[in-house]
Amino acid sequence: MISVEQVWQWLGDVPDPEIPVLSVIDLGIVREVRWDGETLVVTVTPTYSGCPAATVINLDIEAALGKRGVEKLRLERRLSPPWTTDWIGPAAQEKLREYGIAPPVVGAPVACPQCGSTRTETVSQFGSTPCKAAYRCLDCLEPFDRFKCI
Amino acid sequence: MADALLTFLLRNGDNTLILGHRLSEWCGHAPALEEDIALANTALDLIGQTQLWLELAATVEGRGRTADKLAYLRDAGEFRNVLMVERPNGDYGKTLMRQFLFDAWHHTLLTVLTSSKDSRIAEIAAKALKEVSYHLGRSSDLVTRLGNGSDESHRRMQDALDELWPYAGECFVTDEADRELAAAGIAPAPDVLKPAWERIVERTLAPATLTAPGGTFVHKGGKRGIHTEHLGYILAEMQFLQRAYPGAVW
Repeated sequence: MISVEQVWQWLGDVPDPEIPVLSVIDLGIVREVRWDGETLVVTVTPTYSGCPAATVINLDIEAALGKRGVEKLRLERRLSPPWTTDWIGPAAQEKLREYGIAPPVVGAPVACPQCGSTRTETVSQFGSTPCKAAYRCLDCLEPFDRFKCI
Repeated sequence: MADALLTFLLRNGDNTLILGHRLSEWCGHAPALEEDIALANTALDLIGQTQLWLELAATVEGRGRTADKLAYLRDAGEFRNVLMVERPNGDYGKTLMRQFLFDAWHHTLLTVLTSSKDSRIAEIAAKALKEVSYHLGRSSDLVTRLGNGSDESHRRMQDALDELWPYAGECFVTDEADRELAAAGIAPAPDVLKPAWERIVERTLAPATLTAPGGTFVHKGGKRGIHTEHLGYILAEMQFLQRAYPGAVW
């Protein structure tokens, strides 16, 4: 039988369809992996309740695990505790910054992912996906996305 | 109790469904790109919450219907949303004012629901509350800026408030089903939420230099399935595909 640790590792290679620099593990949405008899159960917590990527993420997980030989898979949805950007760890935050997205850091000023300046302003409270807002750097003048803290 | 619970879940899901649909009508038409994106994202959140509420409604009903069937195959008289959310969008001021009055109520309701004795409801509320906090922050900010903006924007926001105020009152109309759930600790009686809602509204209206109209007249009926003509037009558009091609799937 495939070990649960192995499955976690495989899931670390499944990218988020909208922000492919992050895996579903980086996002913190995989809450549990376990075997129920011969069925592998992966529990996923939705980011935003209406996020269109959620369906694609489930399909991607099914495809990735199917390819590795998982025959019986059940995806379960868990609402509680609700997803929080606190589950995006420091390493994943760094990946976001390198990708050009200001990571969600509670309480800290929003720093420009290009030049690091904290002299930034909100352009729009919503951005290209439900999880991001649009910002602009007042020093290097670059526009950038910021991952919203929720 | 099962009937009261089903009614409550339909009311929640129908409010978010119809308002979400109304907001989506702005997609591609809003006065600025940022606003267009913001309304589409807010609509998306509300439709996502609809999915959760109507899915639970379908489970509680236990007649084999799904969230999609509830959304697409009920007639106007079976919808339980408040009349305010089916109001036509009007100008942008009216859309924003409706959003603000709704967000303030929605936030108040969900906050209490996070401690519902029905854990399924508490979980949905905790999830939705995060999104709705963001909605409320945005709509109260915009109502303040437009109310306290130019003469023209002030006039439009005050007009919007005067028109929508009597509709907002329906959120607090309390009936037997509401009392039953309140007694069971599942959901608060709507009238109990009014003081908290008024505090949120007043905190924004004061800096927005807008005045809440007096008067206690309330347009009501939606919670009982008695709707304005506008809902029929919404459903004609929203349900077209499932009505024309029954059972169509992606």
